[in-house]
Amino acid sequence: MTGHRPDDGVVVSSVPLEIERTESEEAPVEVPSPDVPWVTVVHNDPVNLMSYVTYVFQAYFGYPRDKARRLMLDVHHKGRAIVSSGSREEMERDVQAMHGYGLWATLQQDR
Amino acid sequence: MAAYFERAGGAAGGAAIVLDPMEISILRSLATQLLELIGPGEEPENGSGDPLDALFAEGPSKAPDDPALARLFPDAYRGPGEPEQDAAGKEQSAEFRRFTEGELRSRKRADILALVRTLDAATSAADGEGVVLTLEPAQSRQWLGALNDLRLAIAVRLDIDDEQRADQLFELPDDHPAKPLVMAYLWLGALQESLLETLLS
Repeated sequence: MTGHRPDDGVVVSSVPLEIERTESEEAPVEVPSPDVPWVTVVHNDPVNLMSYVTYVFQAYFGYPRDKARRLMLDVHHKGRAIVSSGSREEMERDVQAMHGYGLWATLQQDR
Repeated sequence: MAAYFERAGGAAGGAAIVLDPMEISILRSLATQLLELIGPGEEPENGSGDPLDALFAEGPSKAPDDPALARLFPDAYRGPGEPEQDAAGKEQSAEFRRFTEGELRSRKRADILALVRTLDAATSAADGEGVVLTLEPAQSRQWLGALNDLRLAIAVRLDIDDEQRADQLFELPDDHPAKPLVMAYLWLGALQESLLETLLS
């Protein structure tokens, strides 16, 4: 995915310059990318049944019925709700699954 | 009088419904139209049939032109009513589409095909007016997806883009040209709701 390549050559060495390096092929220390989580957002639409949306949240995410229903009501009343969070790859999986069920979902970084 | 799904099959779960020939014909016709809209499977042109080719084949990078298809395969980085994306945003949407749309199309096609096949099997086994259709739980889940996709596609054709518009459809006069499709849309919703109840109970 764009912007996520760890091999961009960003290398930090903590070895002081005056010390002679004996291992020229020392493993580079990568700077970890900022750990900002991604989220999956489900958007309201006038077609999907409320019972169906609740069912999808239970069936796919394994959420208990109460939580699934609360999220469905958030989507319905507020127009959108965050239904899951995690790594970008995980959120892409969730968004694809939501599209499979016919829900309109998007992913974004949770800033 | 329209019939709805009821729970059947004992502890294993399942659903059953009695449909008349007219209802079967409407369902089959709508499902076939959606299959045509979604399109055939991506068969390799040279006919090698290597399943790995399909696995590594890239999907489209642009959203479908047909608004019903665009609703079935929406953008992953731009929600409904959100402003146009910048170039980087568009590239993200395109990349997601390339890696997911082919698989999504296959899944939706498989669900609708399952619906058509169970309709045909039940019709050929029927000996009277009413056709008894029985679904295993796995078939129920495929039907649930197919019914939902049918409703999404029909809703686009009926311009149902907000809840007021959905409510107005109930008030259309009987002689309105969209009335038959509206009736089908509402019936599919009732079918879906009743099928869902068999899965939840």
